[in-house]
Amino acid sequence: MNTEIIKPENLVYKKTDLMTDNILSYCPGCGHGTAHRLVMEVVDEMGIQGDTVGIAPVGCSVLAYEFMNVDMQEAAHGRAPALATAVKRLWPDKYVFTYQGDGDLAAIGTSETIHVCNRGENIIMIFINNGIYGMTGGQMAPTTLPGMKSSTSPYGRDEKEMGHPLKMTELVAQLPGTYYVTRQAVHKPGHVRKAKKAIRKAFELSKQNVGVCFIEIVSNCNSGWKMRPNDANQWMEDNMFPYYPLGDIKVDGQLVTK
Amino acid sequence: MKGNEAMAEAMIRAGFDGYFGYPITPQSEVLEHLQAEKPMERTGMVILQAESEVASINMLYGGAASGKNVVTSSSSPGISLMQEGISYIAGAELPCVIINVQRGGPGLGDIQPAQSDYFQAVKGGGHGDYHLIVLAPASVQESSDFVKLAMELANKYRNPVMLLTDGAIGQMMEKVELFPHQPRWTLDEIKEKKPWATFGKPEGKDRRIITSLFLQPEVLEDHNTHLQKKYRTIEENEVRYEEIMCDDAEYIIVAYGLASRIVQKSVQLLREEGVKVGLLRPITLYPFPVKPIRDYAEKIKGYLTVELNAGQMVEDVKLSSEGKTKVAFYGRTGGMMPTPEEITTALKESFK
Repeated sequence: MNTEIIKPENLVYKKTDLMTDNILSYCPGCGHGTAHRLVMEVVDEMGIQGDTVGIAPVGCSVLAYEFMNVDMQEAAHGRAPALATAVKRLWPDKYVFTYQGDGDLAAIGTSETIHVCNRGENIIMIFINNGIYGMTGGQMAPTTLPGMKSSTSPYGRDEKEMGHPLKMTELVAQLPGTYYVTRQAVHKPGHVRKAKKAIRKAFELSKQNVGVCFIEIVSNCNSGWKMRPNDANQWMEDNMFPYYPLGDIKVDGQLVTK
Repeated sequence: MKGNEAMAEAMIRAGFDGYFGYPITPQSEVLEHLQAEKPMERTGMVILQAESEVASINMLYGGAASGKNVVTSSSSPGISLMQEGISYIAGAELPCVIINVQRGGPGLGDIQPAQSDYFQAVKGGGHGDYHLIVLAPASVQESSDFVKLAMELANKYRNPVMLLTDGAIGQMMEKVELFPHQPRWTLDEIKEKKPWATFGKPEGKDRRIITSLFLQPEVLEDHNTHLQKKYRTIEENEVRYEEIMCDDAEYIIVAYGLASRIVQKSVQLLREEGVKVGLLRPITLYPFPVKPIRDYAEKIKGYLTVELNAGQMVEDVKLSSEGKTKVAFYGRTGGMMPTPEEITTALKESFK
């Protein structure tokens, strides 16, 4: 192979230094790797790695701190927003973000999520919603769709028995403490670009201390859903997106009317 | 001042950077005093009323992990809620201070003073092998002084410290000499003393990670061995206790905190009757004063442990005395307070 063309001026893309070289622990086809990279690219491009603190959750991304090359704290399950509250209040000039899954943010951490959003803490919350507990082996999540099968709803989620999927993002958008609330995806290049713009906007806004910037990323879980990656992406478009529609929900502190 | 107010004032004066707490009787004066005092204006100290004790203890985790000196306070049921977070804090070795103004239990119990959280405080409380350093004030003066001491010990050992007090000491008013203000740590001090803290990756250096997760069993065992080694060092260096008339004593009453205040009077009454009795008051409940209790066990006719619970510290007195002398117990529960006479009778009954 001719390696002479590998020169800085010829490179059209380079992995950000803010992603470590550790091998990702995520399944092939999972959206977490892309979401990690987007957050780190934004931090890198803004040149704020010296002023950024990330909070990792419990769930598939429990090891996010192995991959994100910034100062990181590992929280107890669901409590990342509480950690972030303290860090941001004690270090008001820093950029503080949480990175949480649906079990972490919308089930066990519901109280912390709601109150952080209601107090209007000046943090960024990245919420990965794949409708299932991936790490523990595919159990039903608060966001599991009606009729959707999981290891703890093997005959499909019966809403009468098991309750309804929780639209946490619409819920927090109602609270006065959130400033920018949006739902994105990262399974196709166009979506990746839009998601990155949203993350960049959230970090820019964080500088102005206007309240919580909340970004949901609807993602796949091909292992948990028992599908091949492409099939999982298609299933996500066909089933998750109608229930969790993509787009901005709140911009500049105002709910988006459609 | 009230004990609770003295602790709140001591937090500001000791130079804490943040307090995170949730109201619960009998300690709500801590948060009330702090809010009234406007610590942000006085020292730049952050005060936040959290949505729950679960949130407060995790705010403590985040604040301590970012290198700041942080403190919370609660009472028994709230401290139970915090146990998960305390375990994570101990596992991640985060220096911080937790105050438990104990009330009667179990469950919702009542709002009267008790000492029934001894086991929870000194034996771990949450999951896993860990220890808090536990300080037991017996007066409003010590309530104030120990807030500062707790911060020093927490930072010295990178370990959470608990102040184990109770509703009576928290609520009662005594004269107190407040220590002078000491400034909050500067950025340079944080950088120098807490190089592990996560407040933004220093240029040209590796990122810092605060975690209690060690997925490889070999690594977790090494981490646990390191923790245990630290606890042995604490046991060697930080035992604190007070002796009153133990030199010639034939019997020694062991009591801490509020109970020790009542026992002081019982000792006086017994001495007037000619009974040679002394008081040994553990000030650190962990590390426990094992050695003095073992040493006296060889000389005396017996120990009486007096607690405001159904018998918890008495187990440590028995373990420490290694069967060399009789160990008796007297306690009241539910917020009931023994009279000095009840205790003198208990001593006579135990050793007749």
